[in-house]
Amino acid sequence: MSTTSALGGVVRRREDPALVTGTGLYVDDLKRTGMLYAAFVRSPYAHAGIKSVDTEEARSLPGVKAIYTADDVRHLGPLPAQVPVGQARPLLADGAVKHMGEAVAMVVAATRAQAQDAADAVFVDYDVREAVVDLKDAASDRLKVHDGLDSNILITWTTPFGADDAAQSALADQIAEAKAREDTVTVSLEMTNQRLLPTAIEPRSVAAEWNSGYGEMTLWSSTQMISAVAGAVGKVLGIASNQVHGIAPEVGGGFGAKLNVYPDEILVPWAARELGKAVKYTETRREAAVSTIQGRGWIGTATITGTPDGEVVAYELDAICDMGAYTQNFTVAIPFLGVFVGSGQYKFPTRLKLECVTTNLQTTDAYRGAGRPEAIYYLERILDHYSREIGMDSAAVRMKNFIPNSEFPAAISPVGFAIDTGDYGTNLQAMLDLPEYAEMKTERDRLRSEGKLAGLGLATYMEVCGFGPSGLVDLGFSWAEYGIPSAFNGSGLVRVNPDGTANVIIGTGPSGQGHQTTWSQIVSQQTGIEMDKIRVTYGDTKEAPITIGSFGSRSAAVDGSAAFEAAAKVRTKAAKLAAHLLEASESDIRFEDGAAHVAGSPDKTVTWEEIAKVAYQPHLLPEGMEGGMEAHAIFSPANATWPFGSMACLVSVDADTGDVKILRWVNVDDCGNVINPMIVDGQIHGGVAQGIGQALFEDAIYDSDGNLLTAGLIDYPIVTAADVPSYELHRTVTPTDINPMGVKGVGEAGTIGSAQTLVNAVVDALADLGVKHVDMPLRPKRVWQAMQDARG
Amino acid sequence: MQVSVTVNGEEVSADVEPRTLLVYFIRENLDLTGTHVGCETSYCGACTVLVDGKSVKSCTMLAVQADGADITTIEGLADGDQMHPIQEGFWERHGLQCGFCTPGMIMSAVGLLAENPSPSEDEIRHGIEGNLCRCTGYHNIVKAIDYAASKMRGETPAPAEWEVNA
Repeated sequence: MSTTSALGGVVRRREDPALVTGTGLYVDDLKRTGMLYAAFVRSPYAHAGIKSVDTEEARSLPGVKAIYTADDVRHLGPLPAQVPVGQARPLLADGAVKHMGEAVAMVVAATRAQAQDAADAVFVDYDVREAVVDLKDAASDRLKVHDGLDSNILITWTTPFGADDAAQSALADQIAEAKAREDTVTVSLEMTNQRLLPTAIEPRSVAAEWNSGYGEMTLWSSTQMISAVAGAVGKVLGIASNQVHGIAPEVGGGFGAKLNVYPDEILVPWAARELGKAVKYTETRREAAVSTIQGRGWIGTATITGTPDGEVVAYELDAICDMGAYTQNFTVAIPFLGVFVGSGQYKFPTRLKLECVTTNLQTTDAYRGAGRPEAIYYLERILDHYSREIGMDSAAVRMKNFIPNSEFPAAISPVGFAIDTGDYGTNLQAMLDLPEYAEMKTERDRLRSEGKLAGLGLATYMEVCGFGPSGLVDLGFSWAEYGIPSAFNGSGLVRVNPDGTANVIIGTGPSGQGHQTTWSQIVSQQTGIEMDKIRVTYGDTKEAPITIGSFGSRSAAVDGSAAFEAAAKVRTKAAKLAAHLLEASESDIRFEDGAAHVAGSPDKTVTWEEIAKVAYQPHLLPEGMEGGMEAHAIFSPANATWPFGSMACLVSVDADTGDVKILRWVNVDDCGNVINPMIVDGQIHGGVAQGIGQALFEDAIYDSDGNLLTAGLIDYPIVTAADVPSYELHRTVTPTDINPMGVKGVGEAGTIGSAQTLVNAVVDALADLGVKHVDMPLRPKRVWQAMQDARG
Repeated sequence: MQVSVTVNGEEVSADVEPRTLLVYFIRENLDLTGTHVGCETSYCGACTVLVDGKSVKSCTMLAVQADGADITTIEGLADGDQMHPIQEGFWERHGLQCGFCTPGMIMSAVGLLAENPSPSEDEIRHGIEGNLCRCTGYHNIVKAIDYAASKMRGETPAPAEWEVNA
């Protein structure tokens, strides 16, 4: 359980001095001369016709510069979406609203307060209609959300992925036969994986300034994908992409919610051009609940058929997935990511049917894990349930059904995807062998002997990340709809300046993942340039050749690989030059400690300052060598990466109140090689906390009319420091073979693996009472009710 | 209305609307943007500052209520180039990721350690439960505050987990 990467060292973050002293710049911190402020009028109804929008009184209020409605922006067309399956979102509601919080009008005024006052004074006359809220009701097509769509079911994802009807019915037949076998048992659970509000602590914020003389739009946005946002602005407003300067400065958390293009990101720059003034908009927390995308939102029935000794012969999941009202960036593709990992690390035949339905609720899209936590939740919960029903240890059941190591390197999962590398048995065994695991078992039994309710939860997970292979373009994964026809390439540019410092410009869109630090490590390790002479930048479309952004735990595996390769190109050129300067053989040049050295001749050395200086004085270069010292690399991986791991936790449940307390939390994760263990562990910590949040507290609750009842942090509690223990992290290391550093990705693993671990623990605590399942979130009332119901 | 306060040792005054929240006064009138707005409803704590030495969520107060007060924001915490031990602790122990909650979290920790210089892990956790972080899962924030508490007591902080496990 050690780190084998040559990088592998803890380095304090280079980002932090600015962030701990209050000098980091977030979009809302920005001020420009004459800047105006935007606010939106939002629908209080989930479904209504718009009879009229009266802006007269609002226009007369102090400071108001403009009020825009659908009539003003209809000519711009709808909001572009990457995977345009379903109803496109109008920039401002046009004739009807389809979810609570939909933007109906935009106000621009001299101050933030004046804009809000005027928005409050806009009178919209609504014709309220029945809303489609319940997922089964939506799937029944009793009532259509959009007149223009044939069905509320936008798409249905099935397995094996890409198989024709014959192969699918063959799978169905195989499963039917397995169920009919006399030596098998079949167990099912209907479970909810509830809607969540992503809740980055920084609300989304966008600002724009138009320079008519230069014909250039400058756009600042709190986004994970600045190129796509800038591209969409250019496409919709008719500005060439190289005339839109997109900047994502510090981004205060993203978690997928900032992996999107929002109407305000188009309308703010549009208004800036209309008015000839800089304009800024920052959503409020309550607005964010209904104007930023939401996540999860599945109901489904998971079924396992297996032998009494733990051999699973079939797994089935029939789920309805809530897409909300409009299709945005990935929307219907999120459940598809669940298909990728639908059979987890296991070898058993798997049939998935995921119906993606539109409803009169806010759009869903990527939220940390994005389809994978949902899929793994159903799988790991039903495995736990099956194990309990047949009276076997769930670890033994998992061990029995893992894809064996002998299948690698050519392993194909039952749902039809090639897996890079895996060693599932070793990982789970590492968990089982930990003293912490044994201690948790002992402590559970001790608490039980005192008459308390205590449970130990175990779950394994597989994820898929590091997107991605260029061929995914054929499945619709590219920024083409935003005017950037690129696959999800990694991009890294390494430039050594004449003074020996280096700039590294990468195509990521981080929101706290420490990319300045990690990429400094990568480039320093490759070139020998000291880390403090390397400046890493991102999130600026003028600087970066291409920016795909940060999502799907892709940054290190894809953009990291690009920087690694660009740095290698620079090193190769520098080695030639150093060999020339030192009159040595190129193959003997080694880079270390800011200089090139000749192997075996400690006195022969030339510093990077000296190499760089010569590189920019071409008359000193060897014949045929171009001046300068820089390289750009595009990295397109051959496959996604497939991390995995095991998690366990110990909980107690208050028998009188149903209150769940987490006593210990232990992980054994495998994300391949590790560049900076401190940063990687930090990603796991935060990911686990978000999974705990879903399991214990978080719930975007809508009433039957489609009103969101949990639009503030008091009604939508996220995890606090007092709710969680310190996490005890370990790892196994199974490097991937599809990128040069062997790194897989870690941003989402914690979230993907944790919610079911906690639910499994609570069910373990309550199993003796007869409780077989409790739907998330496990708030005290729900747990208490489950105990009452079980007791009859 | 006229509001006069001392902010980070400097006397400042401005004419504000009576409804102006202290946080907007700090950010928009004084241009001290290290103090952040995460919710405007006193739950997230990103706007925490010191008012007369006590940590206060500055979206909970009107600017006019702070008239005459001595306010410290994140920009005023360091001693020149020398970080406050809590700032140093957050850096040393990876107590932040996106950094948005961090100024408020640090100011809250200042208040906590002023009241309790030797908090247990549990006391740290409860001491900062009014400050929300979505990135770190709080693990390293707790370590960062423990590091700072040790430093402020003149003791050597416990080694980092990665030093122990190396």
